[in-house]
Amino acid sequence: MSGLDFLTTRLETALGWGRKYSLFHYPFITACCGMEYMSAACAHFDIDRFGAGLTRFSPRQADLLLVVGTVTHKLAPVLKTVYDQMLEPKWVIAFGACAVSGGIYQNYAVVQGIDRVIPVDVYIPGCPPRPETVLDGLMKLQDKIQHQKQDWRWAGKP
Amino acid sequence: MGRETLIDEIRTKLGEAVEGVSESFGDPVLTVRPGSLLSIMVALRAAPFDYAVLLDLTCVDFTAGEGRFELVYHLYSMSRNVRLRLKTSLPSADPVADSITGLWKNANWLEREVFDMFGVRFTGHPDLRRLLTYEGFEGHPLRKSYPWRLAQPRIPMKDKV
Amino acid sequence: METRIQREARPESMLINMGPSHPAMHGTIRIMLELDAEKILNAEVEVGYLHRGFEKTCENKTYFNLLPYTDRLNYVSPLINNLGYAMTMEKMLGVGVPERAQLIRVLMSELSRVSDHLTCLAAMAMECGAFTVFLYMMKAREFLWDVIEFTTGARMTTSYIRIGGVRADLHPDWRGSLATAVRETRRVLKDVGGLLDKNSIFQGRTRGVGVISKKDALSYGWTGPCLRSTGIPYDVRKASPYLVYDRLDFEVPVGEFGDNFDRYQVRMREMEQSLRLLEQVAAIIPDKAPITGEPPIEPAEAIHVSRRQKTAARVRLSPNLEGSEKARYADLMTLDKPVVVPPKEDTYTTMEGLISHFLFFMNGHGIRPPKGDVYFSVEGGNGEVGFYIVSDGTDRPYRLHLRAPCFHVVSALEQLIKGRLLADLIPTFGSMNMIGGELDR
Repeated sequence: MSGLDFLTTRLETALGWGRKYSLFHYPFITACCGMEYMSAACAHFDIDRFGAGLTRFSPRQADLLLVVGTVTHKLAPVLKTVYDQMLEPKWVIAFGACAVSGGIYQNYAVVQGIDRVIPVDVYIPGCPPRPETVLDGLMKLQDKIQHQKQDWRWAGKP
Repeated sequence: MGRETLIDEIRTKLGEAVEGVSESFGDPVLTVRPGSLLSIMVALRAAPFDYAVLLDLTCVDFTAGEGRFELVYHLYSMSRNVRLRLKTSLPSADPVADSITGLWKNANWLEREVFDMFGVRFTGHPDLRRLLTYEGFEGHPLRKSYPWRLAQPRIPMKDKV
Repeated sequence: METRIQREARPESMLINMGPSHPAMHGTIRIMLELDAEKILNAEVEVGYLHRGFEKTCENKTYFNLLPYTDRLNYVSPLINNLGYAMTMEKMLGVGVPERAQLIRVLMSELSRVSDHLTCLAAMAMECGAFTVFLYMMKAREFLWDVIEFTTGARMTTSYIRIGGVRADLHPDWRGSLATAVRETRRVLKDVGGLLDKNSIFQGRTRGVGVISKKDALSYGWTGPCLRSTGIPYDVRKASPYLVYDRLDFEVPVGEFGDNFDRYQVRMREMEQSLRLLEQVAAIIPDKAPITGEPPIEPAEAIHVSRRQKTAARVRLSPNLEGSEKARYADLMTLDKPVVVPPKEDTYTTMEGLISHFLFFMNGHGIRPPKGDVYFSVEGGNGEVGFYIVSDGTDRPYRLHLRAPCFHVVSALEQLIKGRLLADLIPTFGSMNMIGGELDR
């Protein structure tokens, strides 16, 4: 069914293009990385030119969960709830060393990386990462979104 | 008022209640018995000492070596611009002290934090419960007997690959 | 698990949870409110969502190793935490710090203080709806962070102020970048003052809201701009001067009513005073001549030159390490006691240098202060930042406690918002400048 294949690949490209250039992010800000998030979001380094500038403060309206900063065991259930409230398609960026792996904190209170709680798409290391690193991570996520495959079984594709 | 006169004044006015007066790297330190803690605090807060600000309240765990918890209070007198450190020792088996929430309002949260981290109870505290850790957390993290890396997750953690 | 407010709530009122993750970009704090339409009847504040075990971690690290953890306490003014810790250790060890290092420390502290106030007011104004103010202040902050970055190597968490001095000297063009930063910040402050000072919406949301009396503020242990907004002129830099603050000329602005607008005004005026301090310090710091006669060459050029077998040129160090040459060490680090890392030139060329380097970092050796306990405080962005350190003579602290200024300020939040409207909570909480890293440690 090459006709259907042609259509689905074109549609996937279009969907990927649309989704990656209009990301609504939910900044789950906890700690020091929040300052670099503010720098990345403001005029000097501007994530708005990537289409990701609009912040949605409700997880039900967002499709990118930016986990910024340290997640402690006290906060982990809240993170899971926020992630569960988001609608598909959704992506998660772990921003900062503490979100990636617990960072410099390995003790009774800190979750050793948020991928122990929720699945993560892009990891941005740094303590805190420079805004340019954040933009690089965002572009990597945009590449990932562009090349995501959809489920076409409903259209008769095997 | 110089520090020597301050210490003399404390010794004369509060005499019997004070166990010892010393100096640590230039700071005056008062050691008191836990029973007389509240009365000394009331006296220090009033004139002429006028320690209007409770800067800090913390605890040190000496249970391993000396078998005691040590509560450390830092007071500050704004009108005379002098600081004071107050220490009292509590037994390690059942550490209980008097609450000073009636004198300084920030003692509420400070004592809750000491209870959370060390397990020291304060009689007369209106609402003594955990502050920084969560309900369901067992143990008191800053005690020397609590292992540094013992985490108590609230939700199950997935295994890292 | 029933919280206190759930137990105490009336059946007909509404319980609202402003959860740990909410738009007021101050960090993670949970405020549970009992509402009657818009009026707050009761409030409960739950903290601890950023409790990262700082104090327990410090008991397991050496005095030199735990410096990066202090950066992450009040993360909007990280150099001031470094300073507080370093000065507490210097008090305990009984070492002095060279004059140039003291001046650089003052410079860095004031840069951090201005960043702290900029961030606080930017967030507060944004939550009241003034998004432009947020963008302007972040722009000014970038210039300040440029100065910090060129000298220390990092924009935020720098670990620059060490026990015994500072890590490296100021970068070669520090006068130019500092002048730019001060000029741009003054421009931004003027613009923001024009936007907010007489703005009826901002006045309506902040005047007479979140009022605290002098007596209550002292009883809660408030310090810093929040206390000064009530009229009490307590500033650690004036009350117990440290570094070179007794030689510098600056005022301590105070407010009158202790409401949100006064806290905003005190911070704006403090920023102007900090800029004045920056200019004074910049005038005092002498220029240092370059160490060698001819200018050094870049590493790439050196490789190229060495391939042609001409290897006499002096290679430029990484821009973040310039100024840590041995010839500069006496200006920046105290050399009378073995509390600092020895200079690289000594470590790699002399036996004594190698041994002292080894002993500094080896387990069980290094900085070992005498037994006892010490408390020292500096003026942070939020108030009196104090470190209480108990030492048992080994190379790790027995107990390290931070006296966090915003812990005491936030403990008064429940009282400040009871009886007010829900919308009053936002500027009140914003003007308190709660920093999670400091509050929860």
